[in-house]
Amino acid sequence: MKKTIAEKIISAHAESEVSAGDIAVVDVDVVMAQDGTGPLAVSQIEKMGFDRVKQPQSSILFIDHAAPSPRKELSNSHMVLRQFAEKTGAQVSDVGEGVCHQILVEKYVCPNHIVIGADSHTCTSGALGAFATGMGSTDIAVGFALAKTWLMVPHTIRVNIEGTPGKGVFAKDLIIFIIGKITSDGATYKALEFGGSAVEHMTMDDRFTISNMAVEAGAKTGLFASDDITKKYLESMDRGDCFTNVYPDEGAAYQEVIDIDYSAIKPMISKPHTVDNVSSIDELGKIKVDQVFIGTCTNGRLSDLALAASILKGRKVAPGVRLIVVPASRKVYLEAMDKGIIKDLTESGAAIMAPGCGPCVGVHEGILGDGEVCLSTQNRNFVGRMGNPNSFIYLGSPATAAWSAVKGYIADPREVLV
Amino acid sequence: MKNQALEGKSFKFGDDISTDLIAPGRYFHLRSNLPELAKHVLEDADPQFAQKVRPGDFVVGGRNFGLGSSREHAPAIIKLAGIGAVLAKSFARIFFRNCINVGLPALICDTDQIEEGDNLKIDLSEGFIHNLDKGTQIKFNPLPPVMIKILSDGGLTEHIKKNKGFNL
Repeated sequence: MKKTIAEKIISAHAESEVSAGDIAVVDVDVVMAQDGTGPLAVSQIEKMGFDRVKQPQSSILFIDHAAPSPRKELSNSHMVLRQFAEKTGAQVSDVGEGVCHQILVEKYVCPNHIVIGADSHTCTSGALGAFATGMGSTDIAVGFALAKTWLMVPHTIRVNIEGTPGKGVFAKDLIIFIIGKITSDGATYKALEFGGSAVEHMTMDDRFTISNMAVEAGAKTGLFASDDITKKYLESMDRGDCFTNVYPDEGAAYQEVIDIDYSAIKPMISKPHTVDNVSSIDELGKIKVDQVFIGTCTNGRLSDLALAASILKGRKVAPGVRLIVVPASRKVYLEAMDKGIIKDLTESGAAIMAPGCGPCVGVHEGILGDGEVCLSTQNRNFVGRMGNPNSFIYLGSPATAAWSAVKGYIADPREVLV
Repeated sequence: MKNQALEGKSFKFGDDISTDLIAPGRYFHLRSNLPELAKHVLEDADPQFAQKVRPGDFVVGGRNFGLGSSREHAPAIIKLAGIGAVLAKSFARIFFRNCINVGLPALICDTDQIEEGDNLKIDLSEGFIHNLDKGTQIKFNPLPPVMIKILSDGGLTEHIKKNKGFNL
């Protein structure tokens, strides 16, 4: 039978061949939790009576959401994770290493893996051709203990992307556009599989941005076939040996096919307070910003920082606007320093924070004041997301963010990019 | 699934109730202290909710209830606040799965037929919600058999303990 990427990967990890709608108990390759979900996972493992993890080398506890810790309760939670790792041999990715999803793709995930994580944006790893999905702490506790989980094999929506983006349009604009089309629950229980001629030339950074936000359409995962670009990326991470070709069969059964013309898309914005409340920047009107945030597992990678720096270099952030930049990982941070990107950003007025999640979750570093507006490159703009239910979050690309920081209002990057 | 009948008042919410509304990020530091976190349950959707709710009451949402984060703390504190079940037209995937894992019934039904404050009675095995004020019955979708098995074992932790692994 012809199979989608999701059906192929899950079949390879189940006891028998499966297809959409089947329930399977599967072996998992990588299991992770972060400092918001990890302590509960640890207490669940103890409740189940386990005192070890099945695959210590690929069981990871990330300290990234409140890192460095802003208060003692969270410091104590971090201690719980470190002590658990000490006892079981599980890995800790500690303060300053970076956002879990970025570290996963840099160090742990290979094509054809099944990855489960106690974080909804675990779907990011789908860009490498891995079936990667978010779950709760108890599911992850079982994953740590047994290296297994149960899954319903999802039906797949195929998204074909053709054409070349115009000036000022990036992967973030594309995925915001797609979410606007599918809506925030249009892909619930389903996998999104991205393909088409535009994808064949797309960088890994772009693919990560797109897979990262699959969950904002409700999807279980956001998959790309693995190809030469994937292989080169893994080689650049010294993990070329784990490359395998993962691709859908010709004639696989898709529940729905969506065709997207990348060349027709304009810079896009998600308006408060849902990600699918989308607008092209042309239709937005003049929205003054108090804070601009460039970073997160969606858009804190080297190409994102480089793009922002190319706009900000030699310019200053507008008076009254705060620009916060958080590299997604230590590796990204170091490369951005080597290339002078951090210097350009800092000279323009940016505050650079340690690699991690930064202000995205509303725990520390850049919580908004009452009535304030932030333009962020993150993946979510729900009420209260950045720590204050009386504030407003708009989402856009790093280019839109950088130009908006200079102008002081949400501004069209086509004005500055040549 | 347990055969118990649930009875209580409905608290009505709209569409797209996110996990940020249920368990706000600004209380991140309380995630290892669920009883304290539960005092803030649904605070950003209804600031008075935790004070008003009584054990056995129901949370009634619209479409896509629980969208957003994987935080299991969201269904866990709804349960801890004494809520008997969450009713919605549809649920976000991770939230729905987390509800089953923590032993909180999540029922998919036409919630347009329920108003704020309606007294409801639900017999989980029967598949109907009785609206005692309106005298109507609303059918809810049966759970997938795998989830019924986990829920009837008392949640995922108990299922794994009992079976020394998965037995689905």
